[in-house]
Amino acid sequence: MSTASTNGAAARGFKIDLTVLGPILALLALVLIGILLNPNFLSYANITNVLARSAFIGIIAVGMTFVITAGGLDLSVGSMAAFIAGLMILCMNLLIPGMGENLGVILIGVLVALAAGLVAGAINGLLVTRAGIEAFIVTLGTMGIYRSLVTWLADGGTLSLDYAMRELYRPVYYGGILGISWPIIVFAVVAILGEIVMRHTAFGRHCAAIGSNETVARYSTVAVLRVKTLTYVLLGLLVGVAVVMYVPRLGSASASTGLLWELEAIAAVIIGGTMLKGGFGRVWGTVVGVLILSLIGNILNLTDMVSPYLNGAIQGVIIILAVVLQRKGKASR
Amino acid sequence: MKHLALTTALVGSLALPAAAETIGVSIPAATHGWAGALNFHAEQTVERLEKQYENLDFVLTTTPDSGTQISDLEDMVATRNIDALVVLPFESEPLTGPIQRIAESGTWVTVVDRGLSQEGIENLYVAGDNESFGKTAGDYFVENLDEGSKVVVLRGIPTSIDNERVEAFQAALDGSGVEVLAMEHGNWNRDDAFTVMQDYLSRYPEIDAVWAADDDMAVGAIGAIEQAGREDEMWVVGGAGMKEMVRRVQEGDDMVPVDVTYPPAMIATAIELTALGVMSEGVPMSGEFILSSELITQENAEQYYYEDSPY
Repeated sequence: MSTASTNGAAARGFKIDLTVLGPILALLALVLIGILLNPNFLSYANITNVLARSAFIGIIAVGMTFVITAGGLDLSVGSMAAFIAGLMILCMNLLIPGMGENLGVILIGVLVALAAGLVAGAINGLLVTRAGIEAFIVTLGTMGIYRSLVTWLADGGTLSLDYAMRELYRPVYYGGILGISWPIIVFAVVAILGEIVMRHTAFGRHCAAIGSNETVARYSTVAVLRVKTLTYVLLGLLVGVAVVMYVPRLGSASASTGLLWELEAIAAVIIGGTMLKGGFGRVWGTVVGVLILSLIGNILNLTDMVSPYLNGAIQGVIIILAVVLQRKGKASR
Repeated sequence: MKHLALTTALVGSLALPAAAETIGVSIPAATHGWAGALNFHAEQTVERLEKQYENLDFVLTTTPDSGTQISDLEDMVATRNIDALVVLPFESEPLTGPIQRIAESGTWVTVVDRGLSQEGIENLYVAGDNESFGKTAGDYFVENLDEGSKVVVLRGIPTSIDNERVEAFQAALDGSGVEVLAMEHGNWNRDDAFTVMQDYLSRYPEIDAVWAADDDMAVGAIGAIEQAGREDEMWVVGGAGMKEMVRRVQEGDDMVPVDVTYPPAMIATAIELTALGVMSEGVPMSGEFILSSELITQENAEQYYYEDSPY
């Protein structure tokens, strides 16, 4: 027995496993290109910028990994983020006359954001599981609803946080400890917890089981509906967390907040090696995927080599390449 | 209750005397700050004019894309039998045909801001001046920067509007010795502008001024500059006249010395002029009405500040 398993491991070790290495190689290649193109690429400021701006999509994408692994999909997260940001700003502005500008208002704002995320996620989850509507349709619907709601809340314009409040709340995005800014820390914590939950808990294994075959999972006494609902609730909560980090950056929300975040999050999840049809999820891969997407934009901004009109095309090519690499690896195994 | 109100409204519109005139207004949805203000001013004007003229009705639609706008226009003609149309085309090319057919059927057509691709279709054209928008900003840069100064530019969503502005800006800078380091698209969006500006700041150790070309983008750019702690090195010129920015100009903020107008309230101008044309027989209204882009300075900022506007 033991010899057989060591043989197996050795054989696998010789073959380059592209499904695992693909995203990492792509990331390394981008870093190399970045270094060659601009000496400032590796500067502390640039690295902090890239990691911090990845945090919003990153935190959301970790939640999205669970939803997709369990065979679901959520198109509403970008609109949801915009709506929650609007709601949070509105609540905080309303509280200021009564409570003054203090930490209490921020705390309530944070609670509002998290609670709103939880509820919004639960609505998506329950509509998918209890009403039995396809996730694509449910979240396409809620996507439109939240986008309209934030436009309506903002009267078509921009909701801005009270100026003094913004100064008080600012450090949550710009501050940090030991030179590492808060959004990076929160993103890292969420990613590590996500990886642990996915790999080492019953919930994570149930997600994969449901995604690969729902009927079999049900016969194996997995509480399919509850687990699926929970993936959406978790995602909603993480959207709330992302908003808590996003609002202090510019202190505003409008109809254009969070535009296309859902597609970036889904793309990051898939680049990272999670199967779009469910059954297998990899949280650390998602993190790599998010970083790849951010780096493409960053590198294109740091050079004049490519016409800015073509940014989208380059992103598209890299997304497809990253996935092709993985699928090839899978097919040859 | 709502049902009741709706039915009465329907019955009401059927019972109106034949002399009642209907004006259709079709504008893009509020997808960014400027368009939001456009919606705000359109709604306000419609509300005011419906009170002012008893026999005047309005149909207001907002559209997310060209296709929907064409359907909206067809619906207006087919079901509401509009006498006049005020339209801000989502895109010039695809809407030229449909608007031309409406004009040929004898409906008064006012085109706002985005010109059609063929001349002579509309009765009235109301627009901002993109060329003067770029030139006004460019002239300010030339006057207030020394030779050899370095400038970065944030561009809008890739459109002909953006191209016209940028070309005029570059033309104004020609021969002045002011160097444009880079131009990337910030898509008239705060978050995109924040990201692009962060990257400009890591890329260039020396930047003397930023042309953000839009106040939403200016907000994003300023956020990035403050983060880098380089507020004292450069100033930022936005555009359009968002009230937060106008306030900063008014207060003499060193980072935001001036702003350039591109008034979203032009839709109010267009609707008012159209209503006047429809309701007042014999008042000549055909032609062009171009609102120039003014430089907002600390001295004149007060007259550009609209307290109630969401923008």
